Amino acid sequence: MSVTAAAEATAAPAAPLYRKVGSIRRERRWALIGAYVALAVFVVFFLTPPFHMLMTSLKSSAEIADLSNNPWIVQSPTLENYWALLNHGSYPRHFLNSVIVTLSTVAITMVISLLAAFALARMRFWGSATLATGVFLTYLVPETLLFIPLFQTIGSLGLYNNLWAMVLLYPTITVPFCTWIMIGYFSSIPKELDEAALIDGANHFQMLWKIFIPVALPGILAATIFAFTVSWAQFLYPMVFLVSSEQMVLTVGIVSDLIRGDTFQWGMIMAGAIMAALPPLLIYAFLMDYYIAGLTAGATKG
Amino acid sequence: MAQVSLRRVVKEYEGGVQAVKGIDLEIADEEFVVLVGPSGCGKSTTLRMIAGLEEISSGEIAIGGMVVNDIPPRDRDIAMVFQNYALYPHMTVYENMAFGLTLRRFPKDEIRRRVENAARILDIGELLDRKPKALSGGQRQRVAMGRAIVRDPKVFLFDEPLSNLDAKLRVQMRVEIKKVHQTVRTTTVYVTHDQVEAMTLADRVVVMNQGIIEQVGTPQELYHRPATRFVAGFIGSPAMNMIPARLENGAGALRLRLPGDIVLPVPAERTQRYAPLAGGEVLFGIRPEHLTEPKNLDRPNIATFEAAPEVIEPLGMETLVIFSLQGNEVTARLDPAVPAERGRKMPFAADLNQMHLIEPRTGRVL
Repeated sequence: MSVTAAAEATAAPAAPLYRKVGSIRRERRWALIGAYVALAVFVVFFLTPPFHMLMTSLKSSAEIADLSNNPWIVQSPTLENYWALLNHGSYPRHFLNSVIVTLSTVAITMVISLLAAFALARMRFWGSATLATGVFLTYLVPETLLFIPLFQTIGSLGLYNNLWAMVLLYPTITVPFCTWIMIGYFSSIPKELDEAALIDGANHFQMLWKIFIPVALPGILAATIFAFTVSWAQFLYPMVFLVSSEQMVLTVGIVSDLIRGDTFQWGMIMAGAIMAALPPLLIYAFLMDYYIAGLTAGATKG
Repeated sequence: MAQVSLRRVVKEYEGGVQAVKGIDLEIADEEFVVLVGPSGCGKSTTLRMIAGLEEISSGEIAIGGMVVNDIPPRDRDIAMVFQNYALYPHMTVYENMAFGLTLRRFPKDEIRRRVENAARILDIGELLDRKPKALSGGQRQRVAMGRAIVRDPKVFLFDEPLSNLDAKLRVQMRVEIKKVHQTVRTTTVYVTHDQVEAMTLADRVVVMNQGIIEQVGTPQELYHRPATRFVAGFIGSPAMNMIPARLENGAGALRLRLPGDIVLPVPAERTQRYAPLAGGEVLFGIRPEHLTEPKNLDRPNIATFEAAPEVIEPLGMETLVIFSLQGNEVTARLDPAVPAERGRKMPFAADLNQMHLIEPRTGRVL
């Protein structure tokens, strides 16, 4: 009996491999719905703090202090916080300091990183590979540890509480990463391109200037944006090394000037933060496509 | 006037690996020389040493009578065309071609004149404003050649320039390169692994293998009088048959005993040449086109034998028949009208006027 049953079971037509036939269109629609839902959650999650900042910056101190109000809604919008920041106090000074430090840092970073990356990626010399790894390793040392020995260094240079100390310090964070990004990008440029340039009569500087920089522009912009963002948002070093208000940059200026003891001037803090967030926002908006292309190109081709 | 001389040139990499083992080569002015060989034979390294992209470990390279060992590529007055074109992607075709002249501070009018002239020779006049990414492979290769031509250098160097093109375009560009050389008459060194390209383009072919030069000669010389077993096997397609045989001495004449007891008489005029090898093992070399259906039997030194085809490849204009002599594969080239059937014995004729004997130990062709 069991033998017969087994025989029948084998003889029975095999069940179809796929029970129901799918539809490409339906699958695509569900994938899209999933993507939209996930993205919506992320957008809400990440935009909530800036939205709260914006709302608070448009409120008067009295409205902020009134706990009976809905914190997400502005009853009587006012620009008085912005007005006060721009016309009284040190905010414009801090803004200018941030601009000076950031632009200097970006300039220094790009010059050093471009030359270093070109040398490490292209001019094969003894130890260049080890050096390239070493450059990246320095980036891995956290600044929360570095600032202690740096305190002595900066002190001995007489740069304590001096804005220009930041121009000296920020590149220690930006140069390794930017160099590393550009090593990857330069390595993805075919070797024949520089050989063709060599034969065409270019020296190494012309090769960098006329071939590598234009060809690697997306990567260079990505590195520039990174250097800009890091310098603009740097908090620890100015916090440690700058004490007087006229030397401060925005990040520490806002919290040190607008928080007096236990009094938080929330409206002005938020207005200051909103205005401080504008320059990176604008740069991202204009260069976003380049930024993404730059970050990914080195990774896939290198 | 630019002849290129290589004297005992060696390229040794770290770890003692020798890519080029002391080669000597004289390339005459206006000559088109092709370096050919399998990958890893040192042909590209040799070209790159002439270009100055690789330093030479020892020996001497001279261009136009001047030793260039320590001269950087830009001062050697050479131009190079790369396999992957190496066009500058951010420049237009015009800018690509003008780049070398701009760096050398040529006057603008002169640059324009030269670029337009090269564009006319290569028929790329209407592409001058395009960027390389908007060009097809063949067009890119033309631009790469244009970039070389505008410089009017002493020597053109080509590094496998056609390898990235499809078969049809390759044939077309081959003709193009030959025409350009006939127009500009610049000394040219051309590297390829494709022996057809080498044979069709070259005034002289340099066959390289494992870092040494096996033979230098005109395409005809290499084909008809190969010096070594390697050259005999490398030049010609399908490759020359090489069958182990015994050279026997009998009744004042030499004869070859092939596997399967096929005995072929050695032409009388070669008796003296081959006599020292009599009684020993040799390799009998014969090209497929000299193994045919029985024909011209009235001519001297045509010998016939029988064999059974194992594979038949009809190519239209000819039929290749592959048979085996005790495990040794042999290719014959038949007229397509000759009926051939797998496994059925049929007669073949060997044109022994075209035979080669190779000393198996040294690989020398006698």
